[in-house]
Amino acid sequence: MELALFIIFGGLAVAAALNLLLQRHPINSALSLVVVMMSLAVLYWSLGAEFLAAAQVIVYSGAIMVLFVFVIMLLNAGEEERTTGSRAAYIAGFPGAAAIFCLLSSVFLSESKALGTANLGGHLGGTVSNIAEISHVLFTTLLLPFEVTSVLILVAILGAVVLARKEQ
Amino acid sequence: MVPIAYYLVLAAILFSVGVAAFLIKRNIISVFMSIELMLNAVNLTFVAFAHMWHQVQGQIFVFFVMVVAAAEAAVGLAIIIAIFRTRQTLNVDQINLMKL
Repeated sequence: MELALFIIFGGLAVAAALNLLLQRHPINSALSLVVVMMSLAVLYWSLGAEFLAAAQVIVYSGAIMVLFVFVIMLLNAGEEERTTGSRAAYIAGFPGAAAIFCLLSSVFLSESKALGTANLGGHLGGTVSNIAEISHVLFTTLLLPFEVTSVLILVAILGAVVLARKEQ
Repeated sequence: MVPIAYYLVLAAILFSVGVAAFLIKRNIISVFMSIELMLNAVNLTFVAFAHMWHQVQGQIFVFFVMVVAAAEAAVGLAIIIAIFRTRQTLNVDQINLMKL
């Protein structure tokens, strides 16, 4: 059951990521990135992170990708054109990315036995709810970093307003 | 039962596709989206390791990554709009000077 879930949504995520890489129009890339984020939300849920699955759908596919699609349509971005720089990027880009993938996957697969297996919706440390445990840690030991994130968001909003404002 | 290593290899695939898209794409918005893809791949490894150790800290770190990614998207897209307003282009090859 869980393996089928992993294969379906993992395959969907990989296919959508490759579609992001191959599409030339940014709006197609943005829509395939939404598919990647939705399938990752299902995988988070299967790893027992219900709160993050909901936050992934709301924050990433709901807020961030809407912002991306809005900016793409506002700037009326067309297809990207091929230049000499893109040929150099092809020569350097694909072997570099393949080397990173080979390195990471060989490390993970050689340590496969030590890493163990995942149960569907497994709970952390035998507690009642995932959200209860996250909120307990977030509002006790990590209260200061949590409050600092609100300042970060405020600064980001002010920075975006200042940057996008028209010069007088 | 799925081995945790499969989740980590899936994250490695997504991360390398993100790296390839970051290097190959010429449109500045597509480059920005590939950064988001890499952040998502790293988030998947955090969740997988949190599941493996039965600890909540990995999931909380993903929460902070999401907050920083939201702030980064807002500021980055504002910068892209400002660049487009002065240069009338989104091609990274033509944006090679800080000065106008």
